[in-house]
Amino acid sequence: DLELEIPVLHEVPPPLGPLYGEKHSAPVVDFSYVGIDAILEQMRRKAMKQGFELNIMVVGQSGLGKSTLMNTLFKSKVSRKSVLATAQEKIPKTIEIKSISHDIEEKGVRMKLTVIDTPGFGDQINNENCWQPIMRFINDQYEVYLQEEINIDRKKRIPDSRVHCCIYFIPPTGHCLRPLDVEFMRRLSKVVNIVPVIAKADTLTLEERDFFKQKIREELRANGIDVYPQKEFDEDEEDRMINEKIREMIPFAVVGSDQEYQVNGRRLLGRKTKWGTIEVENIAHCEFAYLRDLLIRTHMQNIKDITSTIHYEMYRVRRLNENNTGGGNISPLQLNSSSTLELT
Amino acid sequence: MSVTADRSSVDSCLTAVFSFTAEELGGLRGLANLPNQVYRKSVKRGFEFTLMVVGESGLGKSTLINSLFLTDLYSKDYPGPSQRIKKTVQVEQSKVLIKEGGVQLTLTIVDTPGFGDAVDNSNCWQPVINYIDSKCEDFLNAESRVNRRSMPDNRVHCCLYFIAPSGHGLKPLDIEFMKRLHDKVNVIPLIAKADTLTPEECQLFKKQIMKEIQEHKIKIYEFPDTEDDEDNKLIRKIKEKMPLAVVGSNVVIEVNGKKVRGRQYPWGVAEVENGEHCDFTVLRNMLIRTHMQNLKDVTNNVHYENYRSKKLAAVTCNGVDNSKVKGQLTKSPLAQMEEERREHVMKMKKMEAEMEQVFEMKVKEKKQKLKDSEAELERRHEQMKRNLEAQYKELEEKRRVFEEEKINWEAQQKILEQQKLDASKSVSQWLQRVFTCKFKFNFSPLTCCI
Repeated sequence: DLELEIPVLHEVPPPLGPLYGEKHSAPVVDFSYVGIDAILEQMRRKAMKQGFELNIMVVGQSGLGKSTLMNTLFKSKVSRKSVLATAQEKIPKTIEIKSISHDIEEKGVRMKLTVIDTPGFGDQINNENCWQPIMRFINDQYEVYLQEEINIDRKKRIPDSRVHCCIYFIPPTGHCLRPLDVEFMRRLSKVVNIVPVIAKADTLTLEERDFFKQKIREELRANGIDVYPQKEFDEDEEDRMINEKIREMIPFAVVGSDQEYQVNGRRLLGRKTKWGTIEVENIAHCEFAYLRDLLIRTHMQNIKDITSTIHYEMYRVRRLNENNTGGGNISPLQLNSSSTLELT
Repeated sequence: MSVTADRSSVDSCLTAVFSFTAEELGGLRGLANLPNQVYRKSVKRGFEFTLMVVGESGLGKSTLINSLFLTDLYSKDYPGPSQRIKKTVQVEQSKVLIKEGGVQLTLTIVDTPGFGDAVDNSNCWQPVINYIDSKCEDFLNAESRVNRRSMPDNRVHCCLYFIAPSGHGLKPLDIEFMKRLHDKVNVIPLIAKADTLTPEECQLFKKQIMKEIQEHKIKIYEFPDTEDDEDNKLIRKIKEKMPLAVVGSNVVIEVNGKKVRGRQYPWGVAEVENGEHCDFTVLRNMLIRTHMQNLKDVTNNVHYENYRSKKLAAVTCNGVDNSKVKGQLTKSPLAQMEEERREHVMKMKKMEAEMEQVFEMKVKEKKQKLKDSEAELERRHEQMKRNLEAQYKELEEKRRVFEEEKINWEAQQKILEQQKLDASKSVSQWLQRVFTCKFKFNFSPLTCCI
């Protein structure tokens, strides 16, 4: 809702212009200025009031630094381990999906961040079909949203629990992708935005890192895996240029840390070893800064848009078609008793 | 004269041999010189050592081997198995001859590419176990042969197991593998790519691993206690550092004017041979410089003997009832074999008798069947004959009836013909009368008649 401010009465009638909080001391009337660009300001206010939602899923074997990276990205203890303080890290026998939400605020902007963790992925001896619980979870979130959307009496703002982005952690072997990685990414790149990262990148020298990245990119291309930013969703030339630069750098080699050390008189996040200190935000050391910029500073809205306009729509189309053809063993769309919705 | 000349030469030889003083030959009795003799013999013979490396691909196994033995076992021309993706677990063997200071070592490196890399890794340890058992079997066969001049020792003396530096604990695969192999070969767990861990993380990780190893009762290789106190202290230090955290590299980098082997990062150089950076030197000293012989001994005395007794016990217990086990193991194999042969012959005889019985029974049955069918056929034959006779009689009856009818009919026909004749006679007589009347009167009635 737009708030209308009652204009302050001047002796001279106020000039035609934006009604919000701008006091024109001098009666300047600009005939060529209509004021459409003020919509940006309105949107900004609305967004700040509403707040943002972001759902990130982290997938990878245990011990790859997923929780640490999440903490580093949002500079606060948002990971599962920080919240559930368990001293021991026991590998669960089956894959669990644990979802933890936090409210973060910065400069008046509020964000509801949900980190979805998947402990137990890829840790067993037999990892056949370990991606299934994850796919089911993602589809369930789409389903919940769809149910709410087709409701007749639906909420003004549908709570968005869809997974916007899935960060996949690749172990730093330095050689090539493992069969498990390829399988997982192939299946999930069709339903969610995947951002692959090389975990614990402080184990690779720069030459090894470049070689590894090249191998990974080749394998992704060879297997037809489209990771974020997807080529087909580039809207215009400008997007394409920016995204091409990003695509040349994927996967990002990241190092996470939530401990601060003193380096050159500054306190920085890093890892201290006997032969040097790795600075997390130093671009010469690792590519964490690029990942953070991609996820938060520049492409967050784009990620959410792609999720809702493309992945979710694909799911919706598939689901509604299934329902129409009297789909097999999938439960038909449940309609509320009070509603009669005709599906064309 | 030749005899005296020979004797003098022999004398000079002998004096040459015995010109060593008593001290030089190691004490009055010369016993102290025995180790030297052993030493010289071994050096001449050369040493053999087989090392197996197991771990997921990308953990730096090839690099570590290259660093340990300062060779390029896996060079750019012959890339190691890690560069190639494997579909199933393979066991590959490479031999290298290393010479140093007059000592010759035939080093065999056994690699296991594909271990733990697939999506489903159940039983990925089976090829490894099969390999180890086959090498032990080869040695057992060579040992049991009549002519055993050369007994090459290809048994696996040591297995280095690489643990991924997750920082948390052992993976289920690690535990399974070590549990299955700890009584077949000396298992030494290592933390691979240890430059990923900070010193604190490394400590925690090591503690966690040792705790889990004890929990699951895994018997890793234990260093033997020696009498020497100094050595004991060293050994205790090594034990505290288990599992060893290693970093491998063959690249030489210059640090502070010194040339060292290490890995160059933007934030510093991780030196391979620096005791503070990683435990590589400890591993190398332990494996090559101090405990190589002990590893071989433990393999020979413990693991191989285990295998041998299990294998031979299985052979003797084969086909014998378990309740008679007590006395069997001490019987000589020959007697055992004789008994087996006798049993076997008896079994064969029994089988033969049984088969004959069965055969006879079958023959009887068949005969009976044939008789029965013969009787059956006879019966049918009789029945058919009777049927036939009955039909014949019927037919005769019918024929008789038919004949009678025929006679009757013929008789009737005759009567009919007679009647016809009579009738025609009377008609002609009447016609004659008419004509005569006509002639008396005019022809008109005739035309009317016609």
